[in-house]
Formats: sequence, structure tokens, C-alpha cells
Amino acid sequence: MTDTPLLSVRDLTKRYGARIGCADVSFDLYPGEVLGIVGESGSGKSTLLSCLAGHLRPDGGQLSYAGRNVLGMSETDRRRLSRTEWAFVHQNPRDGLRMGVSAGGNVGERLMAIGARHYGDIRDTAIDWLGRVEINADRIDDRPRAFSGGMQQRLQIARNLVTAPRLVFMDEPTGGLDVSVQARLLDLLRGLVRDLGLSVVIVTHDLAVVRLLADRLMVMKSGRVVEQGLTDQVLDDPQHAYTQLLVSSVLQV
Amino acid sequence: MYVAVKGGERAIDAAHAWLAEERRGDRTVAALSIDQIREQLALAVNRVMVEGSLYDPDLAALAIKQARGDLIEAIFLIRAYRTTLPRFGASNPVKTAEMAVVRRISATFKDLPGGQVLGPTFDYTHRLLDFALMAEGEAPIGLAEQGAAALGTLDPVPHVTEFLNRDGLIETEAPSDGTPPDLTREPMELPAARPLRLQALTRGDEGFVLSLAYSTQRGYGRTHAFVGELRIGSVAVEMEIPELGFAVEIGEIELTECESVNQFKGSKTEPPQFTRGYGLVFGQTERKAIAMSLVDRALRWKELGEDFTGAPAQDEEFVLMHADNVQATGFLEHIKLPHYVDFQSELELIRRLRSEAMAAITTTQEAAE
Amino acid sequence: MTDTLEAGAYNFAYLDEQTKRMIRRAILKGIAVPGYQVPFASREMPMPYGWGTGGVQVTAACLTPDDTLKVIDQGADDTTNAVSIRKFFQRTAAVAVTEATAEASIIQTRHRIPEAPLSEGQILVYQVPIPEPLRFLEPRETETRKMHELEEYGLMHVKLYEDIARHGHIATAYAYPVKVEGRYVMDPSPIPRFDNPKLAACPAIQLFGAGREQRIYALPPYTAVVSLDFDDHPFEASKAPHDCDLCGASDSYLDEVITDDAGGRMFVCSDTDYCRSRCEAGHMGRLGVPQQEAAE
Repeated sequence: MTDTPLLSVRDLTKRYGARIGCADVSFDLYPGEVLGIVGESGSGKSTLLSCLAGHLRPDGGQLSYAGRNVLGMSETDRRRLSRTEWAFVHQNPRDGLRMGVSAGGNVGERLMAIGARHYGDIRDTAIDWLGRVEINADRIDDRPRAFSGGMQQRLQIARNLVTAPRLVFMDEPTGGLDVSVQARLLDLLRGLVRDLGLSVVIVTHDLAVVRLLADRLMVMKSGRVVEQGLTDQVLDDPQHAYTQLLVSSVLQV
Repeated sequence: MYVAVKGGERAIDAAHAWLAEERRGDRTVAALSIDQIREQLALAVNRVMVEGSLYDPDLAALAIKQARGDLIEAIFLIRAYRTTLPRFGASNPVKTAEMAVVRRISATFKDLPGGQVLGPTFDYTHRLLDFALMAEGEAPIGLAEQGAAALGTLDPVPHVTEFLNRDGLIETEAPSDGTPPDLTREPMELPAARPLRLQALTRGDEGFVLSLAYSTQRGYGRTHAFVGELRIGSVAVEMEIPELGFAVEIGEIELTECESVNQFKGSKTEPPQFTRGYGLVFGQTERKAIAMSLVDRALRWKELGEDFTGAPAQDEEFVLMHADNVQATGFLEHIKLPHYVDFQSELELIRRLRSEAMAAITTTQEAAE
Repeated sequence: MTDTLEAGAYNFAYLDEQTKRMIRRAILKGIAVPGYQVPFASREMPMPYGWGTGGVQVTAACLTPDDTLKVIDQGADDTTNAVSIRKFFQRTAAVAVTEATAEASIIQTRHRIPEAPLSEGQILVYQVPIPEPLRFLEPRETETRKMHELEEYGLMHVKLYEDIARHGHIATAYAYPVKVEGRYVMDPSPIPRFDNPKLAACPAIQLFGAGREQRIYALPPYTAVVSLDFDDHPFEASKAPHDCDLCGASDSYLDEVITDDAGGRMFVCSDTDYCRSRCEAGHMGRLGVPQQEAAE
């Protein structure tokens, strides 16, 4: 890890009328680091992620990526960033995939968007990536509709990672999947994150996910960060009453 | 022996002659006069004026006659005529609060200053065919004269929504001196401000606007609308004459205005209060005015900080790009024009793809044998 | 109905001069930014939207009394809509008309580019139904304008990729998208892809008018126009594998004509002027008739 943060967030705030979406969130994310954001539903973690990824415009605060002021960027620059150096994995693969386009076309889109013009090469890269997310090459011309939920999610991951982004936002990537499918996906994600040296912001309500993936952890409640630190430290020795409740409620299950 | 089809010009001339003959119909039946259409089919005339964006009952009646009663065709005729007219200037905004009303109802108050005036409405007619009309009988006129006479003495009645506004219960419309955009002189640019949306809705197809409004009532972008006020009547049109330095009245037009009153839960900056939807059209065209006010309100979700639920009536681009029936008709019907070049290129492609697919099947079968 | 259009009741070429100036400004902007769709305040014309109102307005704005006008639809001068539009300009502008491509100074066309090469000084005006090449991938105008602004054309290639994956070919037969001067992706109007190569480096000015959609765009002379493709699946201009049965041409785009109800068919040039001039020059196809005989 280097000394310069890749993503730097200061006092980020988003309100919905009188209600707080998230408030005064600050953190730094360093290259190669995985930051987990946990909290129950309504805690503001998804709002925060949307603000970070540029899907929502925050009401206040600063956000810089690799030293560049993201909130001051033109939309042109921001969109260019989100199709080259950034990626976003949605909880529901239907939101992140083109359901009417074949698996190969889904993986190839980002390549074509940045100028790939050789059909054979695009196809080879797509086959390679399908393999890396454990989808058989003979499914390349099938549409995602024909895939199981776990396969759809793996396809979405391949589609996002094919252009080697530096920063990946993940919104409950294992939500809605069976436990056995979740385990396999987590395993896969851990391998990819390590091999590609990705920086990741991952939002989840599942502490098992962050224990496996995240280097550091941020706990949110009612739109605010109540505790943050190294994952093991926060989970094994929670300081804030809410974190204690969160951890104990999981352990009881 | 093949001879390329010629004589398009002769065919077109012959078609026009035939059309003229069909338009006239049976010559033993008296021809309709423009006066008859204007006076006796006034609601058709009104619709043509509204969607044709031209207040001229005589020309609208002529267009209806020429179009054989096809109102969209008549609207088209009026539009094509209107676009050639020179512009002398713009009138002052008409003052609907000073309207000489012939009809004025509110669904939100039982009684109110100025009263409920039913006016000439189908509302409480029983929809029974009146065979007396077929026998060319005339309705008794005594009652109607009474109604009109009673109205003749009415002073201007205040807008119902102003009663609510006095208590701050309904949003205030900020007056503006801005020149409204002109849809017929500038290309539509999205997102559109409310004046442009209202203009497009007024010109929009009555059936389309009606269906959209209906869809909001059934839950696709629900706005909980009541008719705060529907008023029909005449207003004066005034114009500033630069040489004179003051406004002079240049005529009088009949309008239908509808203000719907809608629930609103409040937003970041506003406490809960009622909001408005607005409809304004030429002549007595109340279905259109009411429908327009509902669609106007549904389109305002963004400025009021409401959620976009994906309802068609909330979708500005969808509504504005598809409301115009002259555009829609032209594009729909243009598929009657020859497309054989395109079709030929598709034919050639399909044949090639099929022959390759067939060849592949044959090869597979041979390999299997 | 059109017979009541009296001479003198309307301005030269129907449109008033102010409207023409507005359209000319849009045309000039289009020429300055090749392939960019310029919004313009399309007027209501006395013919329906979708029937060439964009082309008619562009032609009206370009016409001068000295011009010679040719109007074709599907390559032919005598199809009903071509006749109707030609007649409109004869009546409102009293300009000379011709069927000979080489003699025309302005050619308004629907769905074809003439076979005979165009020359400097000529203007080819296309009628355009849907100017937006991305429209069937993304229905929203607000979104497609942004995609052009940001050169986000990946989706366009996804469509071509899908065609090849499914059919082994790019399955777009007409309105085949092109990239102009390495910048804007443009819809060449529904011309068959056979005509696409003629768009590039053309000596004539090419103007595209979409009336209902209120857009004008342009290709100045000698503009680089490239049909989208993949390096290993290059664009191919294709036509029916036949010669013209009347004039014997092997290089022209063909109409297929069904001649009887027993499956009989013949292929003839869609460009009627091209076919006729070849026949007059003595060329003859499978079912052609020698010129002298035809004249009798």
C-alpha cells in the first residue's frame, strides 16, 4: 500500500427532506484496500455508496479520487471514469447486466466502449473471463435470462472487471443468493480482488462477507458512522453499543 | 414483358378527383355549409382549433368539411395553414379571472362565491338517442334563453383556488414576465420547462392526453386530483400596440380552463399543501382541459421533489414526444409509402443467412450419417 | 386539393424567407460539424410528417430559381411520392426539373443514392425518418444526446457483436450506421448498405433532413465516412447476386419484381435514370428490348 489514498471522503452528507440519508462521513481508501460498510437496512450505507459512485449527488462534503475532485468533475469526465477506472456491482444482477444481450456481448461491452474492434479478440477475452468466473465457454452466446442467480452475479462481475478497473463498488453482491452459492461467490471474489489488486468499497449487512473480504470496516447507524477500524478488531472487540448488538445478533444465529 | 410502373402523376390526379367526389357524397342530399358545421358541430370545431393551435371557427369548420370529418386530418390542414401566417406580435396574457363564464363548477366546495353554474353540459343528460333530432325537430328554446339571460348579469367570478391560497393551503403560482417558448418556432428541447409542457399538452391529441390522465387515476403516477374549478366562457384578447403605448382589445375568444387540486405531502423546502394541475384550451373542450390538468400535475414530480415511479404520465420525454397527433399520424401512415429498397436488402440478407443455415444443417446431417 | 395552391399566394419554394434563413443556419452548422444532428424548428408542411417534410424543407432552403431539381424515391423518379414532391416544387418555385442525375443541381432522395457518380456543385438531400442511429438501442433523446457528446458508442458495437455471434454476419441491411470523420456516429437514412460506400469522399454536398424529429445533419464534400464494423468482420456492401434484366448492369442496386403467380421474377435497376440511360446506350439485359424496337 502507498501513502496516497485512492479515494478520499470528507464530511459527505445526503439528505432526503428532513430525513438524513447519510451525514458527515469521512474515510480514506488506499490502493489495494477493501473497505466494508455494514449496518442494518436504512442505516444509510446504500445511500453512501450511491453518492460515492456518482449515482446520487451529495448535498455536502468532498470526494476525491486519485487526487481529483470528483464532485467538481463534468459529467463527461465522471462517466468516462465510471466506464474505465471504476466499476459497480449491483445487488441485483439484472440492474448491472443487459438481459437481452448474450453473455459474450455483456462482457465485451466495456472493451468495445474503450475501442476494441477485433471480434475474435473480444470473444477470446470474453471466454477467458467467463472461465475466471467459472462459467463454461459454451454458454458464451446464451443470454443471462437462461442463467441461475449465482451465474448472473458472476457474469456481472466478469463484465465489470474485464477492463481492469482500479476501484470497484459493490452493493450487497451476495444478497439474494443461497448460502452455498454465496460461499462460492465470496471465494471467487476474494481470489479476484487479491489477483487484480483491486480497491473495493463493499456494502453489506452480512458480517460473514466482510470478515472474509474486508481489510477495514465501517459501521453505520441512522446515516452516521458509529465505529471504524480494522475488520478483525471491530468484529472481535466492538466498542460501540450498536456494533456489539450487531455482532452478538449474528453470533446468536 | 415487364414494363416499369409509370404514370404516378395521372394516378395521383385521379385519386384527388375521386376523393372530391366521395367528399360530396350523394348529390341529392344538400351540401353542408361552413356555417352549419361551425354552429352545429361546434365541439368538433373546438377540438380542431385547440389541436390546430389556431382560433378561427370558420377555418376549422372548413377544414372539417374538407377532411370529410376526419378531425386529425382537419387539424393537420389548420396547422399547415397556420405555419404560413406572418406574426404581428404576441397578445397580453388573457385574464381568465375576468372570464364571462357560461359554465363554472367546483368539485371541492359545495357552494362558493359566484356559485356553481352548470351551463351547457352533457353531464346529466341521459344518453338516449333523441329520435326527434333525426326527424329534424328543434328543441324548445325557452329554457335555454332563461339560462343565458340569467348569466348575462353575472359579474366576473373569482378563481376557486384563490380561496385556498388565501390560507396558504395551495401553492402560489409566481407570476412571470418571461416570454413563453413557442413550440411551433423552436425545436423541442428537453428537459422542458412547464410553459413548454403545457403548450405541448394543449396541442396534444385529446385521446392520448385523456388516456394518460386516466392512467394516473388508476395508479400509474397517482396524483389524487379533484377538479378545483372548471370554467368555460369568453375572455378579451388584448395587445400592446407600440405606436399607441397601451393595450387595446383586439377580440374575444372562448376558453375552457381547469385547475385541479392535488394532494401533496411536502418537500425539503415546502410544508404540506395542495398543488395545482392546469389545463387551458380553446372553446368548450372540457374533457381535454381536465385531462391536461392531470397530466400537467403528474409531470411536475421533479420540481415537487416526488418520486419517479416509472409511470408513463410522469415521463416527460415519453409524453411530449408522442402527444402530437399530426406527427404521429404522418409517421404511422408513412409505412404505406414504398419501402421496396429496404425490403429488398432484407430479403437478400435473409436469403443469405438461410442458405448458410441450411448448408450447416446438411453438413451436420451428412456428418451424422 | 393541391390544385388550389395558387401561384403568388406563397413565397418562392413555399417557405417564408425567415424560415429559410433559420434552416440555412442549421445546414451551415451541420456542415461545420459533420455528422452532428442540429436541432431545427421544423415547420408544418402541407404534406404529412414522415413523407419527406425534412427533405422538403432542406430543399426549399437550398433552391434558387436557377436550380434544376431531381426527386427520387426508392431510386425512381416516377414513384408516387417523388412525383408529388417534384410537383410541389414545380408549383411553388417553378424550377426546372429533370430525371437525369448529371443534369440536376439539387437531388432530393428517399432511400437511395444515385448510381451515377455525383459531382462538385451538386447537393443531395436525404429524407430521414429517424435521425438517431442509437434510437433503437436507447429510446431516450436526452440519453442519446449525452452518448454522442461523450462518444459513448460501445453499445452500437455490442449490437454488431450480437449479430455476428448469432448469424455469423452483421445483420443490418439498411440504415447501416457510419462514423463521420472519426467522431460522430450517424444514420445514413434507410439507404441499403450497398449505397454506404458512396457516402464517403463524395464530391457533392450531402444534407439530411428529418422534419418530424426536427434535426438536420450534413456531410460536406469529400468527408471521411466509415461504415461500422470489426477488423476481422469488415463491412460488406451487398446486393442481390444478379444483373439487371433490362440493361444488364452488374454494378447497380436491384429491385426484385414478381412477374406472375408461379414464382416468376425479374431483377431491374432501382435507379430508373441509370437503367434508362444504359438502355439508350445500347446495353441490354436478359429480358431487355433493343431500343429501336421499343421506340416503335
